[in-house]
Amino acid sequence: MTPFQYSRANDVADAIKQIATDPSAKFIAGGTNLIDLIKYDVEGPSRLIDISHLPLRSVEPTSAGGVLIGAMVPNTDLAYHPLIEGRYPLLSRAILSGASQQLRNMASTGGNLLQRTRCFYYYDTATPCNKREPGSGCSAIDGVNRINAILGTSEACIATHPSDMCVALAALEATVHVTGPAGARIIAFADFHRLPGNTPQRDTNLEPDEIITAIELPPKGFSANYSYLKIRDRLSYAFALVSVAAALELDGDTIKEARLALGGVAHKPWRSTAAEAALLGQRTDATAFAKAADWLLHGAKGYGHNNFKIGLARRAIMRTLDQAARGTPQSNSDKKIR
Amino acid sequence: MASYIGSATPRVDGRAKVTGEAKYAGEFNVPGLVHGYVVESTIPKGRIVRIDPSGALEVDGVIDVLTHRNRPQMADKDDAYKDEVATEKGSPYRPLYDDIVLFSGQPLALVLAEDWETARVAASLVKVEYQKAPHVTDLHTERANAFAIDKPEKPRGDAEKAFASAAVRHEAEYFIPTEHHNPMELFASTAIWDDGQLTVYDKTQGVQNVQQYLCGVFKMKPDAVRVMSPYMGGGFGSGLRPQYQVVLAVLAARALKRPVRVMLSRAQMYALGHRPATIERLALGAKSDGTLDAMTHEAIAVTSQFEEFARNDTGWGNLLYRSPNAKFEHKLVKLDVPTSCDMRAPGAATGVYALECAMDELAVALKTDPVQLRLQCYSDRDQGADIPYTSKQLRECYREGAAAFGWDKRKAEPRSMREGSDLVGWGMASGVWEALQMATTVRIVLTANGHAEVATAASDIGTGTYTIMAQVAADMLGLPIDNINVKLGDSTLPQCPLEGGSWIASSVCNAIANTARAVRGDLLKLAIGMKDSPLAGAGVDDVALIDGKIVSRRDATRAVSIASAMQSGTADRITREEANKVAEDKSHARNVHSAIFAEVKVDEQLGVIRVTRVVNAVAAGRILNPKTAHSQVMGGVVWGIGMALHEETLFDHRFGRVMNANIAEYHVPVNADVHDIKVIFVDEPDEMVNPLGIKGLGEIGIVGVAAAIANAVYHATGKRVRDLPITLDKVIQFN
Ligand SMILES: Cc1cc2nc3c(=O)[nH]c(=O)nc-3n(C[C@H](O)[C@H](O)[C@H](O)COP(=O)(O)OP(=O)(O)OC[C@H]3O[C@@H](n4cnc5c(N)ncnc54)[C@H](O)[C@@H]3O)c2cc1C
Ligand code: SF4
Repeated sequence: MTPFQYSRANDVADAIKQIATDPSAKFIAGGTNLIDLIKYDVEGPSRLIDISHLPLRSVEPTSAGGVLIGAMVPNTDLAYHPLIEGRYPLLSRAILSGASQQLRNMASTGGNLLQRTRCFYYYDTATPCNKREPGSGCSAIDGVNRINAILGTSEACIATHPSDMCVALAALEATVHVTGPAGARIIAFADFHRLPGNTPQRDTNLEPDEIITAIELPPKGFSANYSYLKIRDRLSYAFALVSVAAALELDGDTIKEARLALGGVAHKPWRSTAAEAALLGQRTDATAFAKAADWLLHGAKGYGHNNFKIGLARRAIMRTLDQAARGTPQSNSDKKIR
Repeated sequence: MASYIGSATPRVDGRAKVTGEAKYAGEFNVPGLVHGYVVESTIPKGRIVRIDPSGALEVDGVIDVLTHRNRPQMADKDDAYKDEVATEKGSPYRPLYDDIVLFSGQPLALVLAEDWETARVAASLVKVEYQKAPHVTDLHTERANAFAIDKPEKPRGDAEKAFASAAVRHEAEYFIPTEHHNPMELFASTAIWDDGQLTVYDKTQGVQNVQQYLCGVFKMKPDAVRVMSPYMGGGFGSGLRPQYQVVLAVLAARALKRPVRVMLSRAQMYALGHRPATIERLALGAKSDGTLDAMTHEAIAVTSQFEEFARNDTGWGNLLYRSPNAKFEHKLVKLDVPTSCDMRAPGAATGVYALECAMDELAVALKTDPVQLRLQCYSDRDQGADIPYTSKQLRECYREGAAAFGWDKRKAEPRSMREGSDLVGWGMASGVWEALQMATTVRIVLTANGHAEVATAASDIGTGTYTIMAQVAADMLGLPIDNINVKLGDSTLPQCPLEGGSWIASSVCNAIANTARAVRGDLLKLAIGMKDSPLAGAGVDDVALIDGKIVSRRDATRAVSIASAMQSGTADRITREEANKVAEDKSHARNVHSAIFAEVKVDEQLGVIRVTRVVNAVAAGRILNPKTAHSQVMGGVVWGIGMALHEETLFDHRFGRVMNANIAEYHVPVNADVHDIKVIFVDEPDEMVNPLGIKGLGEIGIVGVAAAIANAVYHATGKRVRDLPITLDKVIQFN
């Protein structure tokens, strides 16, 4: 642990100014991930710039027919917001499947996007890890990798992005509003998180001096036919081994539009245009779902302990699509898989 | 007045706990308190070449950094470090003693600072250089180096021959991974040094054990050391032996002549003792009539390189099932890890798991109902010692448990019961543990105002010892429970063994009964001394204390109030200290038993397992308090769910390190994993086991639960998973 300074940001401009003057400073929102990382000596910021008081706490309809979510909206508030529960229930369910009530109360919308991997080695400074210490090696590839990735991996890193919320945001094609010294920009969700490649230390395309101000949801919420299914080692309060967000637009039992994203399997929420295209115009049956699963899992590769994830993901995709098609989304409160 | 014994009495310490009035070892604040933070080894084996504390010492507020080089003197003989639970063989670990690294997470330095945060920051700046040595932490790769422990269970007949010629055979290996206790409360000690007198607040299950240990390690006189542990946030065996933080706190307090607190982090607690990873091999041979003819149980468990820790894993079959031929073998493998230790039902949680899974597999092979098989093989004698039981209502456990569960509706065929996308499975198992009593002394101070203080050096580790002691004392002294003040967790109180092994309830309560009888004798003497005493001529057992009065058992109208008896003798208090009588009688076996029935639902496609119902029917003699007893057994069942489905300390053997050393990734059941649990106490009067008929039930709740669940998973899916935990990828072949 390293001692750090603490300051509060008064507004977004102040936050950017503060971080620009101190490159080893970090923003802190809910602190549910960053504080742990500091305690484990994985992060050692010189300064914590507290952005939790910034006025970015509203959830509002946009003129384009979507919804704009402030970066400081707590996960719990977002999940239970009437606009989200009513129009984007997929997002609501995904959030509520994550962490615990207490953590969701603290965790912010922006922070959730930027939480780091749960790869065991990333948290253990006594072991090599390219994400923590570029060039030191990846301990997980030949190590305890049950929770690691099967898609989009590299020789350098096989970590997953652990968020549930982001899987739903990816499926809903949200955008991320950010502001930096050079002004504001909007990043498509698919472009926000990165694959590990040779630079596993970089999780996202957000610049270190940029701040997330909001997440924007497009008008389409797929509130009739959706499901978020999370498979994990206990029935609550565990990260996903595999999770699936499925959203369909149906005409009778024919698929007009499909969105499909996987969590717990890659360095970012995993989507495939081919998989979604394969569903278009198809009947909502097992044959179509299986084909989509094959596309989505194309190129999947296990590393030993996590081999099972490939088959598990395939079955989970099929089940989730079925739940979505039937309009019987997975529930979070009864701990039974539907 | 109704009896408190046997009534669902709320915890007498409940209010103190929820209001925060109850203080734990890390919460005793004294002026000038110094905080210590531990620097641990990152390698499992080798030597320290150099420790450089300079970075830490530069931090403002850091007072000192203790290492093996600059620590105060400690004893240099093994005997000094042998606490009550130390293994017979080996050299107990000595914290900060020398430059040798024996396991990853070993304390190498203690950073002392004016506050905890500073100590923690500074600890990360201590630099350690090692000379690494090759290490081993994997039981599976080292099993060839297993060696037998000295005192194996006695064999009977020729188990190998009988097995070879058995009509129906089952043989398999089962595996239980390393597990950690993970009590809520972190290990902590606060040591106060005052001019040669040492007072320690410690998280421990045995204050007198720690007191004696500290006297040995620091060569101090017993009078000079007082250890206290009034409350404990869970122990489960992890607090039986003195843990290293207490040595560090005392070392530092002596070095600085200031009070010192050392509190471990959650991650550091994964370098304390643990349930050893164990391989169990069972070979059962049955005659075609379904009776056992051969039983072989072998265990290979992990211990450290420096101590030989072993518990009875293999002997339980002798208590449960008749078999003329039996053989047992218990081996250990030395690994570069901390010494294994007791954890809830040590030996039985693992051994009975394997035995009861094997019995289930044998029932399948015999095409017999699992309960039926157990009844067919039922043993009315402890076959190891060849003696009967003081009581054994296990048959009744099977009967009441099965009835409450609805076992008769079970379809025998695996995969034959379904509900939607779920396969439904019903499994059962037996449980067994010991009913022990240990020598214990209790002091009662009765004051003329009708209040009593009841004291012994026991710890209440959360099980409800305060409450049952108050209940028993209230009944025996004829006082309302609110007038009883129980004092525990102080080494200066009368002698009491460690809180473990399920022996505390029987030990302290029988000691209370004896002490209360002595108090009654004193009161009677005073009463008889009164003019025209209605109790003239009565002996101590002719009277009882009821509703504040000394009452003749033969004629309730003949009574003297306690207050007036004491007044007449001008006694303002009566103080008595007596011990329980621990039976020397070896003519009967003393055990508690249980039958567990579990229902699981397994998603046929996805393998997700839910334990939807558990019935645990327990025969454990007299139940002092159905409320706390129910909680105790329910907690055991929840732990059994964890053992079956979740718990595993994950090692990376390349680094010899625990990878999931936190309670986010070391999974225990959460509320969502716990559904319907029904606890039944089967009536089991037993006047032979001890005068109050108490058998204890600390451990029994967990025994057999993992087996019942594993057997249910087999019944649901047709897939036999023999290595715990049963995760979804073991149930379903996904690829
Ligand atoms: C035990 C445990 C279990 C969990 N289980 C789950 C789970 O099952 N599913 C799941 O999805 N999540 C889970 N989480 C993770 C949790 O959701 C995240 O920790 C949380 O969302 C992070 O949000 P925060 O506001 O607390 O972030 P912080 O910890 O405050 O910040 C995280 C990072 O984001 C940066 N940051 C924060 N806000 C901004 C911003 N607006 N702009 C730029 N940078 C920013 C910080 O500098 C920091 O680097 C779990 C966490 C824990 C501790
Ligand atoms: S997978 Fe990534 S995070 Fe894990 S050890 Fe390898 S480099 Fe580090």
